[in-house]
Amino acid sequence: MAQVHLRKVVKEYEGGVQAVKGIDLDIADHEFVVLVGPSGCGKSTTLRMIAGLEEISGGEIDIGGTVVNDVPPRDRDIAMVFQNYALYPHMTVYDNMAFGLTLRKFDKGEIKRRVENAAKILDIGMLLDRKPKALSGGQRQRVAMGRAIVRDPKVFLFDEPLSNLDAKLRVQMRTEIKKVHQTVRTTTVYVTHDQVEAMTLADRVVVMNHGKIEQVGPPQELYHHPKTRFVAGFIGSPSMNFIPARLEEVGSGLVVRMTDRAVLPVPAARTARYAPHVGRELLFGIRPEHLTEPHPNEHRPSIAHFEAAPEVVEPMGMETLLHFWVEGHEICARFDPAVEVAPGKLAAMAVDMDQMHLIDPKTDLVL
Amino acid sequence: MSASTASTIVSYTGKKLGSLRSERRWALWTAYASLIVATIIFLAPPFYMLVTSLKSSSEISNLSGNPWIVRAPTLENYMELIANPLFRGFFVNSVIITLCVVAISMVISVLAAFSLARMKFWGSQALATGVFLTYLVPDTLLFIPLYQIVGSLGLLNSIWGLILIYPTLTVPFCTWIMIGYFASIPKELDEAALIDGAGWMQMLTKIFIPVALPGIIAATIFAFTVSWAAFVYPTAFVTTPEHMPLTIGVVSQLIRGDTFAWGQIMAGALMAALPPVVVYAFLMDYYIAGLTAGATKG
Repeated sequence: MAQVHLRKVVKEYEGGVQAVKGIDLDIADHEFVVLVGPSGCGKSTTLRMIAGLEEISGGEIDIGGTVVNDVPPRDRDIAMVFQNYALYPHMTVYDNMAFGLTLRKFDKGEIKRRVENAAKILDIGMLLDRKPKALSGGQRQRVAMGRAIVRDPKVFLFDEPLSNLDAKLRVQMRTEIKKVHQTVRTTTVYVTHDQVEAMTLADRVVVMNHGKIEQVGPPQELYHHPKTRFVAGFIGSPSMNFIPARLEEVGSGLVVRMTDRAVLPVPAARTARYAPHVGRELLFGIRPEHLTEPHPNEHRPSIAHFEAAPEVVEPMGMETLLHFWVEGHEICARFDPAVEVAPGKLAAMAVDMDQMHLIDPKTDLVL
Repeated sequence: MSASTASTIVSYTGKKLGSLRSERRWALWTAYASLIVATIIFLAPPFYMLVTSLKSSSEISNLSGNPWIVRAPTLENYMELIANPLFRGFFVNSVIITLCVVAISMVISVLAAFSLARMKFWGSQALATGVFLTYLVPDTLLFIPLYQIVGSLGLLNSIWGLILIYPTLTVPFCTWIMIGYFASIPKELDEAALIDGAGWMQMLTKIFIPVALPGIIAATIFAFTVSWAAFVYPTAFVTTPEHMPLTIGVVSQLIRGDTFAWGQIMAGALMAALPPVVVYAFLMDYYIAGLTAGATKG
């Protein structure tokens, strides 16, 4: 087990293209950290630099108190699970799992003990004599995890391990990975582009964009208190609605004015925070789940009401998504499926202004 | 709008529709006809060899009757050849040359292909292309400078001279096949091996060679065929019968001036062709898998 520290880590490719632009990250012992972001954000490159599969162009990577910048992958005491499993096709499941230990000249009895223990944790004991081609996608991914577990490394690295699985199996394996981490408690760095995976697995989520870290924090913190427009939009599904609005002072309070007809009051608790920005053109951000049908028993003053005619209604079973347009901007609302709504017909809506965000469009920072 | 839609429907319904079954039958007939023609073209020479090898000298020289039919089959041509120590010597020479060439070619081409396909170093791409380009130079052009080289090494008229120069024919193509095969192995496999603690040599011997076995077999068959069937180089470099391989031994020793021992020539050629046929028959599936590896994704 070990801590991992990244100090001003840079990855620059030929031609001066920077994939990772000087990131700092401290990962605690036993922690499960998920790097998440869109394609090309540098998350996989960061993971591969920790693994030693990519040389770093600048900065320092420290694993368990040792700077490993020039240490080859085999001597970093890490184990990695790949997106396409990377199982050795000519070896049985047992041999796949034992390969790393055999190369490290472990005693045969010890190898057997470790493989059987890992197989028990992952429930693949009956597959040990099979070759990878005789396994399903989920079983292959378990074997790949088993290969990592038997090594008992300082750090587990996962590179989008669930991307090749179908939706149902992905959910199942996600739970499996969380269970394994709760059992073995090995420090884990996990890369994904799926924010649901990130939110459900991570102790802390690292949101990356354009080679930089946008925000690091526990899933709930990122969801409720995003620091940038990117994080606000990336975390949450469907993503947050952004509408250009002007912050105005009305009496002793503040309002956000989107159009002459759409004016929403800012909760009193936020007045002091937003006061310096009065008169500015900002972005009003609200998540679909905070834009719902009105609840008769909900009387908080921060709940604002208005009517809109959805152009598209998407029944999802557990919820119904309504899409309508305000000043050319598409807005998504999340309704209880029991509420009857039809495209083109006015529907009453309630906005929980306690959950609103205001974003400075110049800096993209959440105010 | 509605009028044009209606007219389209009429034109569709007015046209005779095709039949999947008849189209398939037509395709099958064409395929069978082409295959039968190709089979006749390719099998006619070996069949004629077989027929002639089973005839006595008098039957061969008798021009009356159908030459494709054996009237009095005999194995005398085969018996005489097998009893001839010179022919046995040709066979042994061919075996020694082929085994050595296959071994040398495979060691060089597997190592070269692995380094060119996987150990990305400056100029590796250009070198890989260069390797293939050398294969494009015809051996009929190369034998003149190679004659000088082999001569200066004192290896003319020796099977060791042939063992030295045959790899110039086999290594480029074998390397090219192996580069393609190694390149089709997912990159993550070597990365997993690196993380598991393997060095480059361990990665090659424990992962790449076992995984690329069909490719290696395909390259081996190629090297085997080329060295077994080589004709130009032994004709140019070997002059005495005791150092000759089968290909030129059969021709040079069984043709005396304008006297052709047709029966024995055909029997010798058939026996010489036997080892490649056996090798292909057993390893054909691997050979095809090796040549087509990496052609499609997945």
